[in-house]
Amino acid sequence: MFYSLKRVVYKGMDLNDYKVSEFYDELVTPSGRPRAAARALWKYLKSLDAEEISERKLACEVAALVAGITFRVYFEDTGVDRAMPFDLIPRVIPKKEWDGISEGLEQRVRALNMFIDDLYNDQKIIADGVVPADLIAGSENFREQCRGFSPPLGIWAHICGSDLVRGGDGTVYVLEDNLRIPSGVSYMLENRQVMKRVFPELFEDSGIQPVDEYPAQLFDMLASLSPRPVEYPNVVVLTPGVFNSAYFEHAYLAQQMGVELVEGRDLVVDDDNNVFMRTIAGLEPVDVIYRRVDDAFIDPEVFRPDSLLGVPGLMRAWRSNKVALANAPGAGVADDKVVYAWVPEIIRYYLDEEPKLANVPTWKCSDPEDRKYVLAHIDELVIKPANESGGYGMLIGPRSTKKEQREFARLIKADPRNYVAQPTLALSTCPTMVPGGLGARHVDLRPFILSGQQTFVTTGGLTRVAMKAGSLVVNSSQGGGSKDTWIVDTEAAGRAGGAS
Amino acid sequence: MLARLAEHLYWHGRYLERAEGLARLINVNAHLNLDLPGRIAPGWEPLVRITGNSALFEELYDDDAGERQVARFLISDERNPGSIRSALELARENMRAARDLLPREVWEQMNGLYLRISEQISGNVSKRRRHESLADLILGSQQIAGMLMGTMSQDHAYDFILIGRYLERADVTTRILDVRADDLLPEQAEEVPAFESIQWMSVLKSLTGYQMYRRHVRTRVAGPDVLRFLLRDRLFPRSAMFCLKALESLLNDLPGEDDSALRATTALMRHLDSARMARLKGEPLSEFIDRIQIELGDIGQHISHTWFQSGAE
Repeated sequence: MFYSLKRVVYKGMDLNDYKVSEFYDELVTPSGRPRAAARALWKYLKSLDAEEISERKLACEVAALVAGITFRVYFEDTGVDRAMPFDLIPRVIPKKEWDGISEGLEQRVRALNMFIDDLYNDQKIIADGVVPADLIAGSENFREQCRGFSPPLGIWAHICGSDLVRGGDGTVYVLEDNLRIPSGVSYMLENRQVMKRVFPELFEDSGIQPVDEYPAQLFDMLASLSPRPVEYPNVVVLTPGVFNSAYFEHAYLAQQMGVELVEGRDLVVDDDNNVFMRTIAGLEPVDVIYRRVDDAFIDPEVFRPDSLLGVPGLMRAWRSNKVALANAPGAGVADDKVVYAWVPEIIRYYLDEEPKLANVPTWKCSDPEDRKYVLAHIDELVIKPANESGGYGMLIGPRSTKKEQREFARLIKADPRNYVAQPTLALSTCPTMVPGGLGARHVDLRPFILSGQQTFVTTGGLTRVAMKAGSLVVNSSQGGGSKDTWIVDTEAAGRAGGAS
Repeated sequence: MLARLAEHLYWHGRYLERAEGLARLINVNAHLNLDLPGRIAPGWEPLVRITGNSALFEELYDDDAGERQVARFLISDERNPGSIRSALELARENMRAARDLLPREVWEQMNGLYLRISEQISGNVSKRRRHESLADLILGSQQIAGMLMGTMSQDHAYDFILIGRYLERADVTTRILDVRADDLLPEQAEEVPAFESIQWMSVLKSLTGYQMYRRHVRTRVAGPDVLRFLLRDRLFPRSAMFCLKALESLLNDLPGEDDSALRATTALMRHLDSARMARLKGEPLSEFIDRIQIELGDIGQHISHTWFQSGAE
């Protein structure tokens, strides 16, 4: 082993030591009592003494390393695998609440897929005046190369990762949808493996819903996209390669599904638009590609000609229905932060239903009224550019300097379509182990939604946690950690006679 | 399996075996120089020629082929793509690219071996420490082979590692014989016969073959017998014939219509069988070994053409 683990002694986990934050806490009520779904958990944690807690903490770090949950950090020249911080205390959500969220996510992704399909074809939503035309004209992720085509089932975003946050009043909001190549699901799966190894007693009768179905569901969904009607189509995972920050996940999912992990140079498209992979037995046909390479790099014939990560001819193979691509190229047009502001209207337009999940109130800078408000309140709002991800390029009003605010005001005026503004959310917190005891840390949640012939929503998702006190940045590229997420069926637990 | 990954594993096998082979080559030469009186000792220059890097060496070291320079050039010099350090690094990088096909512990072992050895051999290294590091490297390479044998499913991925290792090993064994062929003992020197068996013993020991030789050949250590043993023995795992037999069986199991690699292998086996060992010394031995090496190179070309560029028109 080339890793060294420091053995830190943690205090016992007595709720009396936990200082409840002024925010909504996922596990504890404002009066300091455990929430109903977390009662069994607290009872158990309380029964462990400091020594046992420290031991489990160490055991879970070792288990995480052995399982290879690593996140590649870029700044070190050879790309060193570093363990992503993992917190022992799970985030708990009652099953009843989750069922509602899950329905809301299905509704949202269904509408988004119809929206994308419409944008690349008839653009009825624009003709009907529901969204403005410049929504697309100004979108960096609108791909002209996808016009006039509709993939099988009309589905573009087969794998969606939506980020959810909970505000001060307990409402769950969708913060953004990731429709391009969302990552993190492998951490969700591995976190559960680690927890089961470290706290086996807890899983016996607490009604915690399993999460391990995901790889099988993912495979079934991908297989259902195959243009050839065969029982076991050739599905592959396309990775940019070992130096990509999410390579661990690409390899992990390929392994869990039992399919080949390929790079662009392993694939070839012939003159009849058939896709093959190069094996030691010659060319083998490929039916479905779960691609984890950005649009811009997948096909040098069509997009960036200098890309070495892609496969020349992939777009023509896709457009002639010889191969399925998940997610479809161009799906990112709908995860733009400006499009986000229109999602409630999009849901109403295509489904004729009210949105079941709330959007964070959003001001569109392209709208003169909204823009005026944003510029006047820039010091209290969060300003987001349309196309950045991972928390880059944002202005957090209350924490910014006057100079930064002036700079953003200038950016907004220069390109209003590219910016939206939201109130600073009082993100919920969750008790988290920190040296010296328990601390309240902000969390979000990324569930994954699979859309094929059927729709599937993960049981919970990946809870990301900002490890620094007061920080709102949960992105793993910026030092965020993660927690196991429990969807707890308290009724089932009661029936099993456990957590009463 | 993907042709690209097969190629990485094949080259991993070749480079690791090459690193191990270089360590053995340097050790045999060091022993020869210790065992023989100065006037007939081979010195260090032959190693540079045998590893096929004379031009680069001349450029870097001005033809100053002393022990220190040659050892540095062959062991730790990063500017020499044929140094142990370079070979180990390539063995590691090729394994890294295909690590998802291998047991995790094997990758950790390879990575650790690379990190440990490259640290040990950096800077000025005493002869004693050099010897220890080379012995450590040989052991580490054997450990990886053992771990693979004991923990990896013996699928095509495994086969390609072995193909790389056997092909390179056949090459290394013949190069080590070349050291002996090259020293060109002065025919007229009185004391030559006495030293001759010492030299052949060194060669055997460098291949960990002395005991096996004694058990299976039973005669005193003499040139033609050692040659026969190292080129033609069917049981000793570092003899050229053994490597080729293993290669033959591995290649037989691979998919595809093209059997050119297999044909080249069986042809070389025939050539080894028909060589008359008693006549092979000095110049003719050197020429014979050159020929074997050319044929080994051809086998490599056929392997690469048949399986690694599959489908590439």
